[in-house]
Amino acid sequence: MDSRGEEFLAYVQGGGQVEAGDWMPDEYRQKLVKFVEMHGNSELMGVLPEREWILKAPTLQRKLALTAKVQDEVGHAQLIYRVVEDLGKPRERCLADLVSGTSKFHNVFHYPTRTWGDVGVIAWLVDAAAIISQKALLKCSYAPYARIMKKICWEESFHILHGRDVVLAMMTGTDAQRELVQEALIRWWPPLMQFHGNPIPRDEDPMYVWRIKSQGNEEARQQFLEGYVPQIRELGLEIPDPNLRRRDDGTWEYTEPDWDELRSVVTGHGPRSQERLDFRRRFLEQERWVRDAVLAA
Amino acid sequence: MTVFEVFRQERKGQAFQHAGSIVAPDAAFADTWAREQYGRRGESAALWLVPRDAIHEVSEWADEFDLKYRRVDGYSIKSRLKEARDRAGTATA
Repeated sequence: MDSRGEEFLAYVQGGGQVEAGDWMPDEYRQKLVKFVEMHGNSELMGVLPEREWILKAPTLQRKLALTAKVQDEVGHAQLIYRVVEDLGKPRERCLADLVSGTSKFHNVFHYPTRTWGDVGVIAWLVDAAAIISQKALLKCSYAPYARIMKKICWEESFHILHGRDVVLAMMTGTDAQRELVQEALIRWWPPLMQFHGNPIPRDEDPMYVWRIKSQGNEEARQQFLEGYVPQIRELGLEIPDPNLRRRDDGTWEYTEPDWDELRSVVTGHGPRSQERLDFRRRFLEQERWVRDAVLAA
Repeated sequence: MTVFEVFRQERKGQAFQHAGSIVAPDAAFADTWAREQYGRRGESAALWLVPRDAIHEVSEWADEFDLKYRRVDGYSIKSRLKEARDRAGTATA
């Protein structure tokens, strides 16, 4: 790295933030685009597992809440792709790379949503895991991204509450309803434990080195476990990991997540990866006339 | 298409803060979109949409004339105060 690059690195590591027009090393820009684009992709793909349940939601209130949540997440994708566009990659290319499988989206959105129990667990726990990552982006060295994160985190807090409310309604219902939540938790626990990524030391993680995110993967996972294991257990739910335990020093021990599965899933080999990409591809084509009409206006 | 920078005011009387940007073919489209994106929960008291091209950014901040005398950090009185107190014999031990 040249001296200008080193100066930039020292600046961001000291808590400094940069704006769109500021000079930045190519490596930083590339890492940033990759990271932010994957976030945008995840927001956009993240609505698909829930979208399937808008028509099947048990009450009108739940239908409305789910629709609002889907709108929020698509709104986040729009905000995030704007940030990527200002960094030099147009939205059309982001969408093209998404549907061609060139770019990635989060592992949790490659799985099926089997029952209403899954909807509750996704909205509560997947969003809880996501908000931990997103809160760590409020201090991102790239200021335009950090700024939109405020709105995103604010809206995510509704989603968690909505999810917790769905789960609580079922846990205070019949045995069959409680069973649905327990089964969903069993399905979602392994992807949830993979969600924050492998426990690479933060100083070896380029995204931390450049202060794109402000905490390491394992710190995020520990924060998730510390915050949510007690909330899950107090409902009488059983977490499917016999090795899960809190040490006296406050660190959580757990069974090593399957990192090969994570790699395979995020590279498009998850149970619903292709189906969801097909869906996105189809809609991109089907809605082309809307974009054409707007651009022609 | 035009990029509009969005500034929102959370409560009346507060400063407008930059909140993000939207891209739209015209101001009417930008208006509709901004209401939806930044106001659908009543979280904004007011919104400003400014075409990015209309923003003039002052780029050079070089302090050629050493303007520190306009700021508090331009004044270091500690040692002089000590000397003055010593001369007046009012220094506390």
